[in-house]
Amino acid sequence: MSAGILLFFVFVLAIFLGFELISKVPSQLHTPLMSGSNAISGITIVGALLAAGNTDNETIRIVLSTLAMAFATINVIGGYLVTDRMLGMFGSKKSGDGR
Amino acid sequence: MIDPTIINLGYLIASVLFIIGLKMLSRQKTARTGNRLSAVGMLLAVVMALLSQEMGYTYIIAGFVLGGLIGTVAASRVQLTAMPEMVALFNGFGGVASLLVGWAEYENARWIWVQQSPTVVTLVATFVAVLIGGVTFTGSLIAYAKLSQKLPGRPLGIRGQQIVNAVFLAAAIACGVAFMLNPVHLYAIFLVLVGLSLVFGVLFTIPIGGADMPVVISLLNSYSGLAACAAGFVIDNTVLIVAGALVGASGLVLTTIMCKAMNRSLRNVLFGAFGGDGGKGPSEEAGQANPIDAETASYVLEAADTVIFVPGYGMAVAQAQHAVRELAEALEENGTDVAFGIHPVAGRMPGHMNVLLAEANVPYEQLLEMDDVNAQMPNIDVAIVIGANDVVNPAARDDETSAIYGMPIINVDQAKTVFVLKRSMASGFAGIENPLFYKDNTRMLFGDAKASIEALIAELKQD
Repeated sequence: MSAGILLFFVFVLAIFLGFELISKVPSQLHTPLMSGSNAISGITIVGALLAAGNTDNETIRIVLSTLAMAFATINVIGGYLVTDRMLGMFGSKKSGDGR
Repeated sequence: MIDPTIINLGYLIASVLFIIGLKMLSRQKTARTGNRLSAVGMLLAVVMALLSQEMGYTYIIAGFVLGGLIGTVAASRVQLTAMPEMVALFNGFGGVASLLVGWAEYENARWIWVQQSPTVVTLVATFVAVLIGGVTFTGSLIAYAKLSQKLPGRPLGIRGQQIVNAVFLAAAIACGVAFMLNPVHLYAIFLVLVGLSLVFGVLFTIPIGGADMPVVISLLNSYSGLAACAAGFVIDNTVLIVAGALVGASGLVLTTIMCKAMNRSLRNVLFGAFGGDGGKGPSEEAGQANPIDAETASYVLEAADTVIFVPGYGMAVAQAQHAVRELAEALEENGTDVAFGIHPVAGRMPGHMNVLLAEANVPYEQLLEMDDVNAQMPNIDVAIVIGANDVVNPAARDDETSAIYGMPIINVDQAKTVFVLKRSMASGFAGIENPLFYKDNTRMLFGDAKASIEALIAELKQD
C-alpha cells in the first residue's frame, strides 16, 4: 500500500469518527464546542511552522509562511483561551463565578 | 533530528488527545478539562513538528509572537456579548492560514515539479486547501461584519445572485483544473484561483440573513477543519489530516443540529435568502394587541408561582442579561420558581443565549432546553419573552401557510400569561407576523428590554 492511499485511509476513518464523536450535545455547550473545535482546526499551525522553518530565504515564501504562522497562532491561542474563559463561566450558583 | 517514528508517535498521541478532548467537550461536567486536553495535544503536535527536521526559527518566532500577542489580547479582552463575532474571526484566520500553507508549499514545490511531476493527491489537495481556505476566510469575515453589525444583518443580494455564485464557483473550479493539468507553468492561473476563492467566500455568505447565522458559523467552522485537512495532504502530515477531518465532520454534525432546530435543510439556508421577502401583511385574524405597564405587570409577577424567561437576540442587543438575572433573583426572593427556556437557534450563534446568561451568573441548572420547557409550559404562570420572536411564534406550529411552519418552537402561548418585551410591533428577523402578540393571554410590555426589566425590578422591590 502506497503512502498516499494510507493517508486517505486515515482521512476517511477520521471523518467517520468525527461524525460519531458528537451525537447529542446539550445546547449549553454549542458555543464552547464550536470554538473549541475551531481551535483544533488551528492545527494548520504545524504546516505553517514547517513552511516558515524552510523558506530558503525566498521573499515570497517568507511572507506567506510568516503570515500563515501568525494567523494560525491567533486561531490556536485565541480559540483555546476564549473557550476556556467561556467554560469557566458556566458554573452553577453554589460554586460561584470564575471557578 | 529525532527519529521519525518518535515524531509520528507524538502526532498519534496528539490526535488521540484531540479525539478525547472533543468527546469531553460535549458533556457539561468534562467540557473544560476536554478543552485543556485538546490544547495539550496542540502543544505536543507543535513541539513534535519543531523537532521533526532542521529548520530556521526566525520566521516561526516572528509569526508566533505576532499571532500569540493578538490572540491573547483578543481572547482576554473580548466582551462575552461579542463572542459570536470573535469565534467567526478566529475561524476565518484558521482558514486563511491553511490557504497560505498551501500557497507557500506551492511556491517551493513548483521548482521541484519541473523535474519530478507531483502526484494527483498533492495537486488536488493544494487546490482544495486554497479554495476552502479562501472561502472560509472571507466568508467568516462577512459573518463577523454581520454579527458585529458593521454590515446589515438582513440578506444582501442582487437579482440572480445564485447564478453569479454558480459562475464564480465554476470559474474557480475551471482554474483549479487548469492548474492541476499544468501546475509548473500556470502560475498566474493559481493566483486567479486564490482571488476567485476569496471573492466566492463573500458572495456565498452575503445573501444569508442574520437569523441563519448559527448555521453559517458552524458550517464555516466545519470548512476550516476541511481546509486544514487539505493542507495536511499537501504536506503529507497525518496530524493535520486527522485533526482537520475531526473538525470538519463534527462541525457538520453541529450544522445539522442547527438546521433541525429550524426545520430547514442546509440547502434552503444557504440558497434561500430567508427573510428577504418581509412584505407579508398581518393575517386576517390579527386583532388587537394588549399593552401592559410595568406596575401592573409586577402585580402579576408577584402573584406568580412559576415564571419562565424566554430570551432571544433582542436580549443580546439590549445587553439586558444582567438585568434579567436581577429580576430572576428578585422573583426567587419572593418565593417564585424561576427558569429559562433556551431555544437552540435563539440568537446569532449556536448556544448564544447560554453564553450571555452564564456571563450574568445565571446558574446553569436554571437553563432548560426547549423540550423540557414545553413539557412544563401548561403549568407555568407567567412566561416572559425577551427580544425573541420567531422561536416563540405559534404560527410555526399551527399555520401551514407560514414560512416557518414546522420549526420547533417554545410554546409560550400555552402558559397562563405571556409577557412579551418588545420595542415595537415590528415583525421578527424572518419578517413573519407573530399571532402570539394578539392572543388573549398575551400582554405587550413595550420599550427597551433592559429598561423594561429594570422598571419591573424597581416595582417589585417597592412593594
